[in-house]
Parts: sequence; structure tokens; C-alpha cells
Amino acid sequence: MLILALEMTGWLDALIQGILLGGLYALFAAGLSLIFGVMRLVNLAHGDLIVLAAYAILVLAEGLGLDPFGAALVALPIMFIAGFALQYVLLNRTLGRDLLPPLLVTFGLSIIIQNGLLQIFSADSQRLRSGAIETASIVLGGGIAVGVTPLLTLLSAILVIVILNLVFYQTSLGRAFRATSDDLEVAQLMGIDHRRIFATAMGLAFTVIAIAALYLGLRANFDPTIGPGRLLYAFEAVIIGGVGSFWGTLAGGIVLGLAQTVGARINPEWQILSGHLAFLVVLALKPRGLFPRALD
Amino acid sequence: MPFLETRNLMAFYGDFQALYGIDTTLDAGETIAIIGANAAGKSTYLKAIAGLIHHTADSVLLEGKPIGLLPAADIVKLGIALVPEGRRLFPSLSVEENLMIGGHGRKMSGPWSLERVYSLFPVLKQRRSSAAPTLSGGQQQMAAIGRALMSNPRILLCDEISLGLAPVVIRDIYAALPRIKSEGTSVVLVEQDIAQAIKVADRVYCFQEGRLSLSGRPRELTREQIRRAYFGA
Repeated sequence: MLILALEMTGWLDALIQGILLGGLYALFAAGLSLIFGVMRLVNLAHGDLIVLAAYAILVLAEGLGLDPFGAALVALPIMFIAGFALQYVLLNRTLGRDLLPPLLVTFGLSIIIQNGLLQIFSADSQRLRSGAIETASIVLGGGIAVGVTPLLTLLSAILVIVILNLVFYQTSLGRAFRATSDDLEVAQLMGIDHRRIFATAMGLAFTVIAIAALYLGLRANFDPTIGPGRLLYAFEAVIIGGVGSFWGTLAGGIVLGLAQTVGARINPEWQILSGHLAFLVVLALKPRGLFPRALD
Repeated sequence: MPFLETRNLMAFYGDFQALYGIDTTLDAGETIAIIGANAAGKSTYLKAIAGLIHHTADSVLLEGKPIGLLPAADIVKLGIALVPEGRRLFPSLSVEENLMIGGHGRKMSGPWSLERVYSLFPVLKQRRSSAAPTLSGGQQQMAAIGRALMSNPRILLCDEISLGLAPVVIRDIYAALPRIKSEGTSVVLVEQDIAQAIKVADRVYCFQEGRLSLSGRPRELTREQIRRAYFGA
């Protein structure tokens, strides 16, 4: 009886931790989803940009003597400007009928960021330190506790998705995002400067990247090489959820997180594998994702 | 000085030349019709004015100023709006959002507002929350015209607004033109439907294979002249 009860608790714990982990993956994915949705750009440097932002928060925290949350707040406007500039100066030139140039350029960017970070920060693992909050947890009873940081991660992910939905569906900027995505030529006839719209979308994505970076750094160690792995999780979450739906991206992140923790519960070595398997299963059964957009 | 003028307008799609030196004028408040067979260059002419096709700087003049090199997003800010061929509403936007985005670039106060467009085409008000692709062809055309009006244009360019629509629907859409003109808006109509175009136009230009083959006031032109200019001798 006792063993059964313990077993039940273990599974319940895996489910809860999986959902919380899904929040982190949704944060990784939200920026990618936004950019792909607006300009059909597959940003292969997305993971490395998250790592870059984590280092930026680290430097700001140490330099200004702030805790990571304060440093992330300072990083938000800087990241917006950086994203806007990157798109306006570089990535806009790669967009056109051919899908290859943006892939190649963002792949190149990924290599540059990784090596640049290695050069400056070395290969040593880093971590964002936030004092007591790091280890704080809320006891739910029955032998289950939830960490405050993972809980904040999920809540932040939900907040980010709510805000992105509001921007996309309730503002004139969001209308311009969707119109440009629908028909670039006619959008220009409406007086929409698509280069600015794309740059604004990238700026917005960069602020989401900064939030993702904050929780990446609080949750675990990071080093300059982990970007491509985060990109893979982000991709899987977007595709599981269905391209073009932010709530789908959140659901995709949670499916991925659940698959990993449940897999790890069965056998600790299966954590990563079961995430990828869940992705393949969704791809096989629902190729357009769990929440595909009505029109596409 | 004409309000809008094209002077020796040439346009190319890659190596293919679509327009060979088109000269046209449009006076303030005037309606002109561009007629011609398929592939005569009518749509290309409108796209060139709207800034969607590159050509030389001084081949399009607005109030005497060259606007030929401006991108489409800047042309609409000068008060020239295009109703594109095939309607091309934004499919992921509702009817009302499609109308509202028409005023995105040119936030000018003027005769046209959401309410005025709804009074011009009442059916759009009933369908305001519907997704654009769920509208009938005629309703989509009304929405596309309304979207262009939302920028309060001084010149409205209409590309084949009767194409693929039932005669009764065409009649409804053309019935809106006098109200648009009464606000002082100049109109350039591209039409394959000669009868419809001649009825509303002050002057007519006929294109044939990228060249101007005839121009004049409708009542001065004979059927035979138009037939020849349209189909070639």
C-alpha cells in the first residue's frame, strides 16, 4: 500500500514538473513562433540568441549589482533595439522568394554567436544567482512541492502568450503583422512599411528571448554551446502546437515538458529521447500540429 | 497642369516589356476608364502608378511632381489608393479589420470613415466580424473598395472591379461610384466591360498590347473606333 502511494506521488510529481518545464520550452518557442508567423523566417540562431541574452543578463547583473530579475528588466529595451537593428540592417536583406538566404545567414549568425561567447566568457558553465528564490518551493502536500522558479517560469510563459495575443489581435500593430504575413504586396498598398514591421516583430521576439534567457539561467547552468539544443526544443514546441497559434505554442511546450519528465520517471536516461518521440508521434498523427490555424 | 499624369510610361517584367510609352492625364474630380483586352497592360499601368512596379522617376507625376520612384507604401500616403485585381482581402483579418487597415498609412481626416463605408455598403456592417474569405465575391469587392476608401484617397485606382461578378452585383457596385465621385475623388477604372466603363467615365483610354490605341470622350467615339482600338485592325 505504501509503495503504491509513493508510486502515485512520483507520477503526479512528474506530471506537475512536466507542465512547469513546459513553461520554459514555451518561452523558448514563443519568439520563434512570432517571427515565423510574421515573416516566414526560420531563425536558426534563435537558441544562441537565448544564450547570448543569458550572458547579457549575467553581465548586467554583475555590472550593475542587480539581481537577475532586475537585470532582465534592464535588458528588455536593449534587446528590443538589438532585434530591431538586426532585422532592419541584416535579415531584411535576406528575405525574398528564396528560402535559403535567411537560413544560411541565421546559421552563420549562430556560429558567430557561439564562438564569440566562447572567446569572451570561455567554455565554463555560468548561472544566474537569485539568492533565496532559487531554492524556495511551495509544499503542496502529499509529498509534492513546486519550486518557485519553475512556477514563475510557467506564469511568465502564460503572461507572454497573453500579451502576444493581445498585441496580435487587439492592436493596429498586430493587424499590420497579420496583414503583412497574409499578403506582402497588398500590405504595402495600405501604407505599411514591411521592413519596419518585420524589424518591430524581431524586436518583440528579442524581448521574449530575454525573458526566456532569464529563466534558462535561473533554472540550470548554461555555456556557449547549448544554443542549438534550445533551438531544437523551441522548434518542436512550435510544430507540436501548430504554426501560427501562440496558445498552441504554449501547449506544444507543455507536451514536450510532460513527455520528458514522464520519460525520465520511467527511466532517467529516456528524458530527452521521450521528448523527441512525442514530437514524432504528433508529427505523424497531426502533421499541422495540435492547434493549426484555420487558414493556411 | 493635370492632377495625375503619366508621361512615356514604360514597364517591364524582367525582360518582357509590358508598357510602351503610355501618356495619360487625369484631372481633379475626373473619372477615366482604361479599357482593353486581356494582357493589354491595363493592370500593369495601375500597378506602376501605385508603386508596385519599378519604372523611371518622371514617368508618373502627381500635381507636376515626379513620384515614379516612390515605394507603394509612400504612394498611398500621397492619396493614391489601389483596389487590386482579384480583391485580395487579407484572409486572416475580419471584414472590419480589413477596412481599418486601409487607413493604416494615411491617417487623414476626410469624408471616409468606417461608418461612411458601412453606409455605402450596408451588407459589410452585417458581416463586420466575419473572416474575409467567408464573404461572397460581390461582398469581397465592396470590402476591397471600402478598404481603399479608408485612406481617404484623392485618386482611387480600380482594377477590374466587375470581374467574375453577376450582373446584378456589378450594378450594385457601380451604383456606389457616383457617391465616391461626389466627394471629389478622382477615379481611374480599369475594365474589360466596355459598356460599364463608358457609362461612368468622363474620358476613355484604350490599350492594345502595351500601347495606347485610342483616347477620347465616350460620346465622341464610335463603336467602330472602339472595336478597332480594342481588338486591333
